[in-house]
Amino acid sequence: MIYSDIAITAFAIAVMADLFLFKNSLLTRPAFWTSYAIILPFQLLTNWWLTSKNIVMYSPDAIVGLRIFSAPAEDLLFGFALVLSVMGMWEFWGRRGMQRDPNPNKARGKN
Amino acid sequence: MLIFTVCGSFWLEVFLKIGVIRRIKRVALSVLPISSLFLIWDAYAIAQGHWFFDRDQMLGIYGPFNIPLEEFLFFIVIPMAAIMTIEGVTTVKPHWRKDEFGQ
Repeated sequence: MIYSDIAITAFAIAVMADLFLFKNSLLTRPAFWTSYAIILPFQLLTNWWLTSKNIVMYSPDAIVGLRIFSAPAEDLLFGFALVLSVMGMWEFWGRRGMQRDPNPNKARGKN
Repeated sequence: MLIFTVCGSFWLEVFLKIGVIRRIKRVALSVLPISSLFLIWDAYAIAQGHWFFDRDQMLGIYGPFNIPLEEFLFFIVIPMAAIMTIEGVTTVKPHWRKDEFGQ
C-alpha cells in the first residue's frame, strides 16, 4: 500500500466510526465543521512550510502527485482523519462522564 | 512548526478557560489510542520510504522504528490543538454543545 491508499482508508475508517460507532456524530454538527474550518488553514500553512522547505519529502511513487500548497493532497485526508478521530474520542469520554466539566472542582461527572 | 501550533491554539486554554489541560486524563485517553495507530502508520511509511525527513533540519533524536522525536511530539501536540479548537468553539457557541451529550 502507498500513502494514497492508507490515507483514503484512514479517512474512511474515521468517517465510518464517527457516523456509526459514536453517538451524536460530529459530522452532523456545526461545532465540528467550524473547528475544522479553523484548523484547515493552519494545516495548509504548516504543510506548506514542511514541504516547501523539504523538511519532509515524499516518494513520488507513494503519492498520486496532486499537490495543494506544495503538500500532497493525501495530507488533507490524513489531517481530517486525525482531527475527526481525536475529537470523536474526546466526545466519547465526555459522554461517559469523564472530566466533562472544564473546572474539576465543579465537575458533575466522576473523574 | 510545532511551536507555531502551540502558540496558535494553547492561548485558548488561558483566555477562554476551556480547561483542556486540567482534564489531562481525558486528553490522554483521547489522544494516545489514536496517536498509536497513526504512529504505526508512520513507522510503516518510514520503513517503506513513503516519506522521509531532511536530517539537517531535524533535532536528530530518533525513537523506536526510526521515528524522529518531532513525529512523536506532532502526534501529541496536533491532537491537543484539535481538542482545544473544538472546546474553544463550543465555549464561544455554547448552544452547539448541547448536542454533545444528547440532551
